[in-house]
Amino acid sequence: MKNRLFVKGNEAVAMGAIEAGCRYYFGYPITPQNDIPEYMSREMPKLGGTFVQAESEVAAINMVLGAGAAGGRAMTSSSGPGISLKAEGMSFMAGSEIPAVIVNIQRPGPGLGGIDVSQADYFQAVKGAGHGGYHLIVLAPHSVQELYDLTMLAFDLADRYRIPAMVLGDAMLGQMKEALVPHAHQLPKDLPPKDWAITGKRGRVRGNVVKSLYLADGELEAHNWHLHAKYAQLKERETRFEAVGLDDAELILTAFGGAARIVKTAIAMARKEGLKVGLIRPITVFPFPTDIYRTATVKTPKVLCVELNNGQMVEDVRLSVDPKADVRFYGRPGGTGSLPDPEEIFAQIRKHYKD
Amino acid sequence: MNDNVFMAGYGGQGILLIGNLLACAAILENKNATYFPAYGPEKRGGAASCTVIVSGVEIGSPVMGRPDSMLLFNQLAMDKYFERIASGGLCIYNSCLIEDVPQLRTDIRKIAIPANALAVELGNARLVNMVMLGAYATQTGIVAMDTLKAGLDAILPERNKGFIPGNIMALDCGAEYVRKAGVIKD
Amino acid sequence: MSHKAQTVFQRPSSLKEVPTHFCAGCHHGTVHRLVAEAIDLLDVQQQTIGIGSVGCSVLLYDYFDIDVVEAPHGRAPAVGTGVKRVHPDSVVFTYQGDGDLAAIGTAEIIHAANRGELLTVIFLNNTTYGMTGGQMAPTTLPGQVTTTSPYGRDVLKEGHPLRMAELLGMLGGTAFSARVAVDTPKRVMEAGRTILKAFEMQVKKQGFAFVEVLGACPTNWGMSAIEANARVGKELMDFFPLGVYKDITTQG
Repeated sequence: MKNRLFVKGNEAVAMGAIEAGCRYYFGYPITPQNDIPEYMSREMPKLGGTFVQAESEVAAINMVLGAGAAGGRAMTSSSGPGISLKAEGMSFMAGSEIPAVIVNIQRPGPGLGGIDVSQADYFQAVKGAGHGGYHLIVLAPHSVQELYDLTMLAFDLADRYRIPAMVLGDAMLGQMKEALVPHAHQLPKDLPPKDWAITGKRGRVRGNVVKSLYLADGELEAHNWHLHAKYAQLKERETRFEAVGLDDAELILTAFGGAARIVKTAIAMARKEGLKVGLIRPITVFPFPTDIYRTATVKTPKVLCVELNNGQMVEDVRLSVDPKADVRFYGRPGGTGSLPDPEEIFAQIRKHYKD
Repeated sequence: MNDNVFMAGYGGQGILLIGNLLACAAILENKNATYFPAYGPEKRGGAASCTVIVSGVEIGSPVMGRPDSMLLFNQLAMDKYFERIASGGLCIYNSCLIEDVPQLRTDIRKIAIPANALAVELGNARLVNMVMLGAYATQTGIVAMDTLKAGLDAILPERNKGFIPGNIMALDCGAEYVRKAGVIKD
Repeated sequence: MSHKAQTVFQRPSSLKEVPTHFCAGCHHGTVHRLVAEAIDLLDVQQQTIGIGSVGCSVLLYDYFDIDVVEAPHGRAPAVGTGVKRVHPDSVVFTYQGDGDLAAIGTAEIIHAANRGELLTVIFLNNTTYGMTGGQMAPTTLPGQVTTTSPYGRDVLKEGHPLRMAELLGMLGGTAFSARVAVDTPKRVMEAGRTILKAFEMQVKKQGFAFVEVLGACPTNWGMSAIEANARVGKELMDFFPLGVYKDITTQG
């Protein structure tokens, strides 16, 4: 038996980051992700790394911007209201092509909202959050193990594509504890060198400039087409999803992150009663796994999308499925007492399975 | 064996600690387990609850609408949650703080543990949680008592390790109580 | 007796050989030069990293022959913090205007200073938002007419100008804080020495160093270059006294 640890989701994020070589963490306290900065404040000094509790989320993301531009593996973490404040920095980082990892342990909104389980920030995440029309890579773990593994992956993808990557968790995943099998991070050997990073010229002929301002004729348009091509490349190469039981499915459930955990139990209940229900779980929500929806719905047109919000990912599902597919939605937006249980989802499966 | 157990009471009764301990022990026994706390903005007082799921296969939801087992620590928790126990399920409750037990559900095994009194007899009123957990583990066999005891070392922060012998006594006390009293059938 | 030609004045090697976009009479060019001279004198061009800000100095990377990262408006001290943590042996400076540093970036500058980040901050105070067209700045003087204080800054409604050198001088984390001006040759020389010291303190790892430079914005002040220069020496210096407000190398 492998070494299995009993770990809280938030701590798994921090452990994965450190294992991936992150040595620069900048954050600001906000529930329900405080275990991450607390862990980092404890562990970074032991590794010769940097932990700074910034004066604001705005400052924290800009410290990440600086550290990422300087070539370091840098990270910040927050929850909804804090991610809104980081949106400015994320836009600059996307425009300046600065790799870094941003973690959102979602809570319900809008505004101060609440501190319970929610997936209210799907739109914010997949649409990039800030101004100017850009995307982040967005990974959506659904277990403590995936919080660990996908945080590591986020650093590698960020570096490979020179893009900020987001780990989109939620209060359920962040606060729950389960088994984690730690493992050594294998840094991909083919990651491009960070010869663009600002280090001081140190003998280079030309100074490196990391920026998002393009004023010359046609320059900005070319830059935006370049970013656009990168998103297309991501879609082609880095789309990840889990598909279960699609072969005989008469109803496809789809959910990401914490909601997928609840859905998995509901599907087990349904299968036990002989209902043929399958699952598509996007692991990357940007790039969105469009193709599996299209191919699966040719055979099984009925889809029930379950989210812990009022309907966000369902828009991407509708854009992805076969034109004849029938996409339905069930969601709860979060807040105290608003976490659906598997029995509730099972009841929805029965209902949509029949009609 | 598999189980999903919901535990509820006052903040300060150590409910989250035994939820942690149970899930940790299950993982030490190479089972799958999840621990999911319900939490509020306040750090002290208020209500506390958590769900622990133990399984031999991959665990989906860390919460259940109708749990198979409940550990209820006060009247408020009894009033609020008892009806949600699944048919054929188990309810272990702290009879020192719970007088009023719904009588209509005859499909549930109910075990009354005078946990506060037993804890006071042991010399520390704060051991209520361990008494309840010892009773639950023994009644269900979900994890071995020895694993729970080993789990204490993994779960407790260094500053609290001095409490381990007392906690072990309380786990044994709860175990002993159910062995003697057995299941109460209404 | 033959006289060999001797170079007594030349472009600092840390500056590129390009014309600037600055308006006639603007002091950014002068301050750029003083910063470049400090980098040359300390022989740190190869390890210097500039943090560009938003405002007239946004094109820093077009003029300095060094590595530069562009910061969002007001965030240069936070960006500098991140950069310096990754390359502690580098020389990191921010170059910010008054809207950037004293309005939208007030939190970042105060906390970077108070953490004692090993940064050099050059702050050009010209009492207005230059790039956006002459709006009221946090440093706009009482009564000063700008495009958003058309009746003159009324301190009862619009508050008082911020004296950043004094404010930062009060913070425990600040190692050096001074205000200089560049309106006369003598003061340019003095400003150059002060900027050099602020860079030298970083090289010697003595702490956070801040230099506020009073400069002119003739275009947005609606003045000729000469009139604007004169205003620096009179109105600006009356309200923003020159001096060293903190220096841990000379004070206890």
